[in-house]
Amino acid sequence: MSKYTLHINGNIKTVSVASDTPLLWVLRDNLSLVGTKFGCGIGQCGACTVHIDGEPTRACQTPISTLGNRKVTTIEGLDPKGEHPLQKAWQELDVPQCGYCQTGQIMTAAALLKKTPKPSDADIDKALAGNLCRCGTYLRIRKGIHLAAEIATKESA
Amino acid sequence: MNDQQLENASRRDFMRKSVLASSGLALGFYFNSADSATKQVAKPSTVAETSIFKPNAFIHIATNGTVTLISKQPEIGQGIKTSLPMVIAEELEVNWKDVVILQGDLDPIYGSQSAGGSRSTPTNYEEFHKLGATARTMLISAAADILKVPVSELIAKDSAVHHSATGKHLSYGQLVEKAATLAVPKPETVKLKDSKEYKLLGTRISGIDNPSVVTGKPLFGIDVQLPGLLYAVYEKSPVFGGKVVSANLDKIKSLPGVKYAFIIEGGSNLKGLLPGVAIVADSTWSAFSARKQLEVVWNDGTGATESWAGFTAQAKALSTKPGTEVLRNDGDAKAALKSADKTVEASYSYPFISHASIEPQNCTAWFKDGTFELWAPTQNPEAGQKIITETLGIPKEKITLHITRSGGGFGRRLIPDYIIEAAAIAQHVKEPVKLTWTREDDLRHDQFRAGGFHFLKGGINQQGKLISWQNHFVTFGNKVLKDGKSTLELGSGANLSGDEFPGRWVENCLLEQTPLECNIPMGPWRAPRSNVLAWVFHSFIDELAHAAGRDPLEFRLDILGNKDFIPGTGKQGIPYDVNRMKHVLQHVAEKADWGKKTFPKGQGQGIAFHFSHLGYIAHVAEVTVSKTGNLKVDRVVVSTDIGAQIVNLSGAENQVQGSVIDGLGALMFQDLNIEKGRIVQGNFGDYPMIRINDAPTQVDVHFLKTEYPVTGLGEPALPPLAPAVCNAIFAATGIRVRELPLLKTDLSWS
Repeated sequence: MSKYTLHINGNIKTVSVASDTPLLWVLRDNLSLVGTKFGCGIGQCGACTVHIDGEPTRACQTPISTLGNRKVTTIEGLDPKGEHPLQKAWQELDVPQCGYCQTGQIMTAAALLKKTPKPSDADIDKALAGNLCRCGTYLRIRKGIHLAAEIATKESA
Repeated sequence: MNDQQLENASRRDFMRKSVLASSGLALGFYFNSADSATKQVAKPSTVAETSIFKPNAFIHIATNGTVTLISKQPEIGQGIKTSLPMVIAEELEVNWKDVVILQGDLDPIYGSQSAGGSRSTPTNYEEFHKLGATARTMLISAAADILKVPVSELIAKDSAVHHSATGKHLSYGQLVEKAATLAVPKPETVKLKDSKEYKLLGTRISGIDNPSVVTGKPLFGIDVQLPGLLYAVYEKSPVFGGKVVSANLDKIKSLPGVKYAFIIEGGSNLKGLLPGVAIVADSTWSAFSARKQLEVVWNDGTGATESWAGFTAQAKALSTKPGTEVLRNDGDAKAALKSADKTVEASYSYPFISHASIEPQNCTAWFKDGTFELWAPTQNPEAGQKIITETLGIPKEKITLHITRSGGGFGRRLIPDYIIEAAAIAQHVKEPVKLTWTREDDLRHDQFRAGGFHFLKGGINQQGKLISWQNHFVTFGNKVLKDGKSTLELGSGANLSGDEFPGRWVENCLLEQTPLECNIPMGPWRAPRSNVLAWVFHSFIDELAHAAGRDPLEFRLDILGNKDFIPGTGKQGIPYDVNRMKHVLQHVAEKADWGKKTFPKGQGQGIAFHFSHLGYIAHVAEVTVSKTGNLKVDRVVVSTDIGAQIVNLSGAENQVQGSVIDGLGALMFQDLNIEKGRIVQGNFGDYPMIRINDAPTQVDVHFLKTEYPVTGLGEPALPPLAPAVCNAIFAATGIRVRELPLLKTDLSWS
């Protein structure tokens, strides 16, 4: 067990865990941030996607000892009011079915929109190919990202 | 009415009755008109204390006007937590924004709470109208009492009762105190709305939990947290039916964070508590880490010799022999085949596959003072409670089961194996404990979609008509103890009905079945049986159409024939409305411009239809296959007839598009191999699932509004997808896919 000081969603948190504990389980079991999901544990499904210094990253593949001072953003910290354009678009288009993968989808999509504010379908497919949706909401995910891009444009105008 | 109208009416009545009969639901179950409205029980603790008007178990209205509706069926992604309350809200004339929906715990007051077989809508739809209408009727009566005007002068609208003559109105919040004193009217006496007046039903309503979903709030079983919660893993024999001989428990107990490690003897029921080793620790990661050092000596049992290659060889050897069971024998299929102008023979096969719901199986259980409290992502809470009573001897009155949202179901969570495991562990440790399966546990210890082999022969006469259909279906069964005797029982979802299309349609038809014995657990996978049978039968029908030189649509319409209605003739057959199917088939063809488009080589259209779960569905798929054999599904057009009313248009469309993508994923990728009695694949690296880049570009969904009872949509839109795509692949390339998944077939062409 070692002590780690973490920068999560703008807050400083201290946890005592084994050094190989993945960030995923620290978030879920120690910090009660359960929006980051466990799907496969091997970085294949994307349900655990968080941002580390703004980069979409698999929390299940990130041992806590490797984090250092890097800043972690989870779905709970994506927008203070939960009103990120993607969160609005997802609700407007009723994207989720079971909803389990959607926080990971949104975190990956948020990173995409930061780099590519007006992505094409091909951009979306490339960026989101690491995020499984078992229910098959892919068509609405594509639409949702396009709508979020529109919302973001309007909001910044 | 003329004779034809009378016949149609009586057929509708019959269909309606058969839907209700299949539900096994008695209306009186929900209502207790002898009680006054204040005496209902089962108030979830989170309903506000001011919710004083409770005309039935599903509706609570507070003095501030908040309407709390109870969702009885588990939400697994099918949208039921939004759609069924919409039915109440419609009749109640309440603004949707005033509605709060709570998931009901397992409680007999709600009737059956299992969510399976696409039955939640058909079994509740009419009753839920009455629930809402009853409350509306009582609120109007309350207003009539208060305003001292006749009921006939009042209307309910926008969460209030209005008296148009005086312009007076009373909100529901203002009425609940009075309404709570009134007797609940008999459900058959309340007037339902005319469907022309619907404001909510048929519109697009976003899922009620979406705000929580997109912000990552705790919703799912795996999100459950309790003070002092411990975390468990459970290791079972990699060979099905294997038993624990010994394990290095002392070593495991010495590892960091581990609180308990113990063997559970378990039994032999593949759907029950199987033998294994439990590790309980202070965190999920401690439990996962300790498990990596677990060494178990297993007694593999008889299953260790099983392999997919072995099953394939067995099936091939059986193909030329008669089946052990004749499911249907009409006319003389063999003689008709001999007399046929053209014949086609083909064998089709598909593997075992896993449900792979994205939330791995998990359950939180707490055993204290002889009682259980559980939190389970389940489709079948009753089964969870029952298996605890049967296995651990705790009476059901001492088992409280909270139904959480499920991260996907697809039939997997109908089986309560993970619930009984969590309960058994909790009973041992007597502390709150959450059992979490790894993805590997989930893929390898599923209740699998059974593999199968079909050996088909078909004959066409000189006029191009299908005159002979033969199928020897080699399937799978498990040995089970029944009445003290060991019996080979067909796997769940591994059976074929003799009535399955085209069983009732071809004059000379021989259907035979032979089960192979195996130790592999099988269970319902979204649209059980249909999810593969539609692929086999509509692929082979396509082969026959091409052999006959006929258009695949026209050939299918010819097989469906001119009878309006085909009654069931076998054990599992249910009435089949031929006109409904022809209608969706012609509709989908029209919407997809069937036969009107010309495609270059490498592109093509395919068509298929299927009736399951009371839904009549047809698909046309358009595909592009590159010269190197890469498949892209460009467009899928779906026409559905699921009755008179779409409840939530957004949810319904999502179900159909999801079914198309799920069907395509199973077709393209999903495949489990079996070696030495073990599932070879373990995670999404070697068990690929469909990803966004393989999803179709476009899926057009059409809902035909018909006069029939409203039925479900979680499953019936899936089965026609695979044959429509494979038939399109044939049209594009001339390559016929006869083995699943698709990646086993080289689709390259020149």
